[in-house]
Amino acid sequence: MTSITVNNQMLNVDAEPDTPLLWVLRDHLGMTGTKYGCGMALCGACTVHIDGAATRSCVLPLSAVAGRSVTTIEGLSADRSHAVQRAWLEIDVPQCGYCQSGQIMSAAALLKANPKPNDADIDAAMSGNICRCGTYPRIRRAIHRAAELLETGAPK
Amino acid sequence: MRPVSALSRRDFLGKTATVGGGLILALTLPRLGAKSSSAAAAGAAGRAGSQLNAWLKIARDNSITIIVDRSEMGQGVYTALPMLLAEELNINFDAIRIEAAPVGDAYINPGNGGQVTGTSNSVQDAWDKLRMAGATARTMLVSAAARRWRVDPAQCHAENGRVSNPEGKVLTYGELADSAAQLPIPKDVKLKPKTNFQIIGKPRARIDTPGKVDGSAEFGLDVKLPGMLYAALAQSPVLGGKVKALDSGAAEKMPGVRKVLLTTSGVVVVADHFWQALKARQALNITWDPGANVQLDNAAIHTLLKRTAAAGPGLTARADGDAAAALKSAQQRLSAAYYLPLLAHACMEPMNCTADVKADGCDLYVGTQVQQVAQATAATAAGLPPAQVRVHTTLIGGGFGRRLDVDFIPAAVEASKAAGVPVKVIWTREDDMTHDTYRPPAYEEVSGGLDAAGKLIAWKLHITSPSITERMFPPVKGVDDSVIEAAVNNLYDVPNLAVSYSRQEIGIDVGYMRSVSHAPNCFVIESFMDELAAAAGKNPYDFRVQQLAKKPRQRRVLQLAAERAGWGKAPAGRYQGMALMEGYTTHLAQVAEISIVGGELKVHKIVCVVDCGQMVNPRIVESQIESGIVFGLSAALWGDVTIAGGKVSQTNFNNYRLLRNSEMPELDVHLVDSDEAPGGIGEAAVPLVAPALCNAIFAATGKRLRALPIGRQKLLNA
Repeated sequence: MTSITVNNQMLNVDAEPDTPLLWVLRDHLGMTGTKYGCGMALCGACTVHIDGAATRSCVLPLSAVAGRSVTTIEGLSADRSHAVQRAWLEIDVPQCGYCQSGQIMSAAALLKANPKPNDADIDAAMSGNICRCGTYPRIRRAIHRAAELLETGAPK
Repeated sequence: MRPVSALSRRDFLGKTATVGGGLILALTLPRLGAKSSSAAAAGAAGRAGSQLNAWLKIARDNSITIIVDRSEMGQGVYTALPMLLAEELNINFDAIRIEAAPVGDAYINPGNGGQVTGTSNSVQDAWDKLRMAGATARTMLVSAAARRWRVDPAQCHAENGRVSNPEGKVLTYGELADSAAQLPIPKDVKLKPKTNFQIIGKPRARIDTPGKVDGSAEFGLDVKLPGMLYAALAQSPVLGGKVKALDSGAAEKMPGVRKVLLTTSGVVVVADHFWQALKARQALNITWDPGANVQLDNAAIHTLLKRTAAAGPGLTARADGDAAAALKSAQQRLSAAYYLPLLAHACMEPMNCTADVKADGCDLYVGTQVQQVAQATAATAAGLPPAQVRVHTTLIGGGFGRRLDVDFIPAAVEASKAAGVPVKVIWTREDDMTHDTYRPPAYEEVSGGLDAAGKLIAWKLHITSPSITERMFPPVKGVDDSVIEAAVNNLYDVPNLAVSYSRQEIGIDVGYMRSVSHAPNCFVIESFMDELAAAAGKNPYDFRVQQLAKKPRQRRVLQLAAERAGWGKAPAGRYQGMALMEGYTTHLAQVAEISIVGGELKVHKIVCVVDCGQMVNPRIVESQIESGIVFGLSAALWGDVTIAGGKVSQTNFNNYRLLRNSEMPELDVHLVDSDEAPGGIGEAAVPLVAPALCNAIFAATGKRLRALPIGRQKLLNA
């Protein structure tokens, strides 16, 4: 049994210690919002926050997460009220939507560290997240919009 | 009775007893959009509502469910198709629920000859059909109200989900649904003129966005059934190979492993969790019979296609005038050969399928673009009649034509049958990349003839390529459309035009990929038009316009694109290239602006002007055009699947490169207002990117690129 904290809940997981966090979340804990895309930290579909930092969960073994705090898309807000989610809804970013949990988690981590990112900041923070549908222009617009929402006091 | 397969998984599990009584329930599709659960509670006691036709269910609690018969893979059908129906039904659009259609004859798409989501024709197919479905249902609801009130239906008015009369009486659609369903289907239903549209043509938020921003949207990979096991599949590394011998002893002893079995697709390892199945797969000791492809590589494929091209003229796909004679007598003649590589679909959601096989039927949970084929495939694998396979179409994490194939289905069905429990088979990214049904390569020889005034008077194009349709839907009579689409639809006014096709298979499975043959055809046509313009000493814009006398819509998009891009007025060090296409009844023009510094290509901007006729939701149209451009950019810059010893060399996103956010050029998408019939938008923008880029590279360097991808070629500074 390994104890991890997911979305502010302490959970005991019965999985082999080398199981990547991605599969612990998806198969063991039933949180399927975090997606499998490549298994090699190349595409960002599996992005979660570990102690607040955007992290690729597909290459992170369970043993490395023990005692740390994990936030997934399910825990970003209870009601899609996070500034990034609000901006994503307003601009209708997703197409197929498969990569969007990862995109949103990367964007949320960026805005936490840098509440007013410029385009170069967005390039640097978001280039690890592939979107095969090509929602990139709307992702950029939505991050700028989320920054505006944060300025006016939306939940982070 | 409503087919059981129409029920969503959760509701199917919970409410089958009620449905068995032949009564109709209006149920929500769980986890799509809002996290709402079943709306069936009100009807659980008995008759809860009515299915007015194959597209619509209205419950007594006034909830309205629209059934969508095309798969949602990002292109927006779960929003656009209900908009068509809602326009005529006169309801509050925000209150509707949607549900994926089961397998059914009503859902056959005549444009594709089956229940198929493809060819960018969902809106074209639905345009009249769903508006008529909405208008028919509205007419029946009004009639039911008029009967109840004993008044003339003409005195009744339907709006916002209610019918009212001049005396101020009001009945909701839910109150009327049962009696409306008993009425005969009216015949002379009239559709609204465009001027009365309240919903169609107006930007509207997508129905599926909420679930895609909170993680609750359910893709095939996310399906979870009680008692479900997970499985990994080992397929022959050499494409087309087979298992010769299997030693699974070590794998079977690994933690969590329940079963190792040989299936028609390869060796399946079934375990409690996917990670366990994956690790046990590594412990399998399989001897493969590599089959016929063990010598296959890129050079062999290229040689094969070239040899067949030289062997004869192939089948005639189009012949106007006398191209051979006109070429002979032309003032100036030009010939070139182009080559297009294999490409991978690389959907973000790798292939997967969940099957639950029982003695009396099979439930299949799968992201598929072909429900009937999925059903038939699962039936064969399960040894059941097709009618006993219920297909539950999930949201699709990228289709692009990959999910027109069903090669990921049998292993799940065979494994579930053997294990006696539901099984989900997941392909890894490496499985997905190395066992795609690849966009076929093409070798295309083209010749053009100019008259003394520099006008194009002769055109001859000979395409040599495998046939996708011959593999998937044999036999093909004559020329396979999926090889020559944009070539036979050549939009230029050329009196002597010949297109021909030679089929040459390459031993590996090729598949339909977003824009199919439009991409290779358009690359050749638009690149060669630039070559001809240069030979004629003309500006590429002027050269094209002079050949578009009979194409006003095409001229208009070209002119607008040139204006918006500032054609001919690029800043110092920047170069422009253009491309045109008519495909899916949509007319497009693109202008790319690039620079090359130190041999490095940078794409600065792409302008795309689109006339796709009447739009259902311009907000989705815009996103689909942007999406097509990004797809086209990845393919043009880096798209290249290479084969060595019959194996695919590309395995993951580190060696099959896709465009990233930081590599995006500026996009300027302009949608032309139009009263024409709707055209397709999912695929149309893809093909223009490569020729527009290569034409800009020619402008910058004088070098003509006749093979893709661009990234494999050395570019010299201007």
